Amino acid sequence: MLELNVQTLAFFVFALFVLGGGLGVITTRNLVHGTLYLILSLFGVAGFFVLLSAPFLAVVQVLVYIGAIAILIVFAVMLTRSMTSLHEVVNRQWVLSTIVAVLLFVMLTVTIILPVWGQDGSLAGQPVSEVVATTTDLGKALVDGNQYVLPFEVASLLLTAAMIGAIVIARDDE
Amino acid sequence: MPELECAFPQVVNNLAPCLAQGGMNADLANFISILLGVVLIAALPLATLLILLVVERKVAARVQDRIGPNRVGPYGLLQSIPDALKMMTKEDITPAGADVFIYNLAPIIAFASVVLLWAVIPFTPLHIGADLSIGALYLIAVASIGTVKIMVAGWSSNNKYALLGAFRTIAQLLSYEVPLVLALLIPVMIAGTMSMQGLVEAQRGMWFFFMAPVAAIMFFIANQAETGRAPFDLLEAESEIIAGYNIEYSGFKWGMFMAGEFMHAFTASVIFAVIFLGGWIGPGTDQLPILGFVYLGAKTVVVYIFGLVLRSTVPRVRIDQLMSFNWKFLVPLAIINVLVTALLLQVVNWLGIAPQGDAASDLIANLPQTVVLLLGNLGVMGTVSTLVRNMGRQQRLADEAVEADTEVEELAHAAAH
Amino acid sequence: MIPLWMYLLVAAALFCMGAYAVLARRNAVAILMGVELMLNAVNINLVGFWRYQQPLNMAGQAFAAFVFVIAAAEAAVGLAIIISVYRQRKSVIPDEADTLKG
Repeated sequence: MLELNVQTLAFFVFALFVLGGGLGVITTRNLVHGTLYLILSLFGVAGFFVLLSAPFLAVVQVLVYIGAIAILIVFAVMLTRSMTSLHEVVNRQWVLSTIVAVLLFVMLTVTIILPVWGQDGSLAGQPVSEVVATTTDLGKALVDGNQYVLPFEVASLLLTAAMIGAIVIARDDE
Repeated sequence: MPELECAFPQVVNNLAPCLAQGGMNADLANFISILLGVVLIAALPLATLLILLVVERKVAARVQDRIGPNRVGPYGLLQSIPDALKMMTKEDITPAGADVFIYNLAPIIAFASVVLLWAVIPFTPLHIGADLSIGALYLIAVASIGTVKIMVAGWSSNNKYALLGAFRTIAQLLSYEVPLVLALLIPVMIAGTMSMQGLVEAQRGMWFFFMAPVAAIMFFIANQAETGRAPFDLLEAESEIIAGYNIEYSGFKWGMFMAGEFMHAFTASVIFAVIFLGGWIGPGTDQLPILGFVYLGAKTVVVYIFGLVLRSTVPRVRIDQLMSFNWKFLVPLAIINVLVTALLLQVVNWLGIAPQGDAASDLIANLPQTVVLLLGNLGVMGTVSTLVRNMGRQQRLADEAVEADTEVEELAHAAAH
Repeated sequence: MIPLWMYLLVAAALFCMGAYAVLARRNAVAILMGVELMLNAVNINLVGFWRYQQPLNMAGQAFAAFVFVIAAAEAAVGLAIIISVYRQRKSVIPDEADTLKG
């Protein structure tokens, strides 16, 4: 089974962040608290990326999500004055939604566990190799003509379009 | 010569073998050495803080033709200690209606987000918290956590001035992050690495300040805004929003905000020194790495004092001036600068004058590349300043024309009566 | 190392939380947060599979990076729409934006 070392411990702490934050987001009445829970959850995901030896993604996660998206959400919460004024947190279909979410989770759990369930009741799932591509490789892959340069350019176009679109939509035209 | 492992330079360079030699378990020795490093790195900013407060007040006083603190200790050098004691003994107030947990969390975030920055600062060739392969990006990511503390503090205080101040501050920080990142991109492009140690090593032949002066100046300005220093100290514009987002804080919690702010300003100077002024590079660091501390310290102090003098000499800008300066001037300039530098680096490669291998640490071998980059930078600067001057002149002429018109009208009006 | 299924399990739980938020929350901003949670769950999976199955093929990390881009674009446009709707109707409840209802 699992040996107890720093990595295992870190995994469980980050898992706690991720799931605790997620639970906070879906249950809290106060949306500013909700954003803080979201930040906690996203921070846990960044921790996962570090454990999975993807430091670049971890840092970008903090930069993009915590530094930009979370702040954007807080601005939206404050601008629309929807901090705590909600009468109800959930809509009419919340019972159905709960059932769907729980069923989905059960199905996913089964499909995740079954393939790795060994004969003796042990669970497999170790990495195929300890050699891991570095950030340099990622950078080269993103601008390599044979790999991801086209998606990369499309993504930058999408960002520009989204930026212009957001400005146009949110603009206060008198 | 195993005895030498515990002699002076070695014990400073690497403690673990020395401890292990004393009969300690190797893992434990490693652990203790790492723990000591962590404690030292976290304590260093705190220790410098006590000195910084006095330096700050002394320099500001000199600029304003005063003496400054001179009661406690020689030349008032110990002034920080009674200040800190006074601050800690003040009443700790939590405003009514505050979001208590978040309210108490904010100062901790404020402090932590600055201390975390020190993890990737290379003090000497051997002493660095963690030489991440993405060190430069880490700096930006950690700095962006700083916006969270402001939002949290401003919102949880349940005070409209705090909230207004927080809005303004976040707008400022988010905006100035753009030129900051783009300016940081230039050294990364020249050095070809994001590791902090790699960035310093790449400056062995020539400091990046001379290769990329535009980026350096932009980085300094953006840092000045990120740390809320004059002329961008709108976060605590006393006369407008009475101290902004941390208005409700008192006692030790307020102290943590203030300490975080001071440390951030100092840390920004350290980062500037590391990225543009060669960090620990100086004569003799290869033989005695610990000298790097001294060089880095000296360079940092120069940058910091420059910031202090700037702080006490220029007036504060308005919020709209702040925003248009960033979006209409700094950001376009930063983008142009990135393009020009990328182009010039290609030209340098094409001409084959980029220093190769061992020659990279040689001053002469670096000269051609430096000259090309410097000329490009000067070109950018010259073009931009000409453009700005022309636009300013046109604006002024237009204003004068309007004024002259109104004067004529007034005269005609008076004559008619 | 931690076996892969543990990461996948956490990601699955996070995805279901996000799905619940999207389906059941009334406030549009909360729905958007749910979408962010789901995207993050996807990212954990992408990076997890990359690390455990194909650590030398950049597809996993590259796709995760593109998910960041999508998330940023989605948040910007989504929040702009929310703010715009709020200006028009003084409400952030999607159920109440029903002018087109027959």
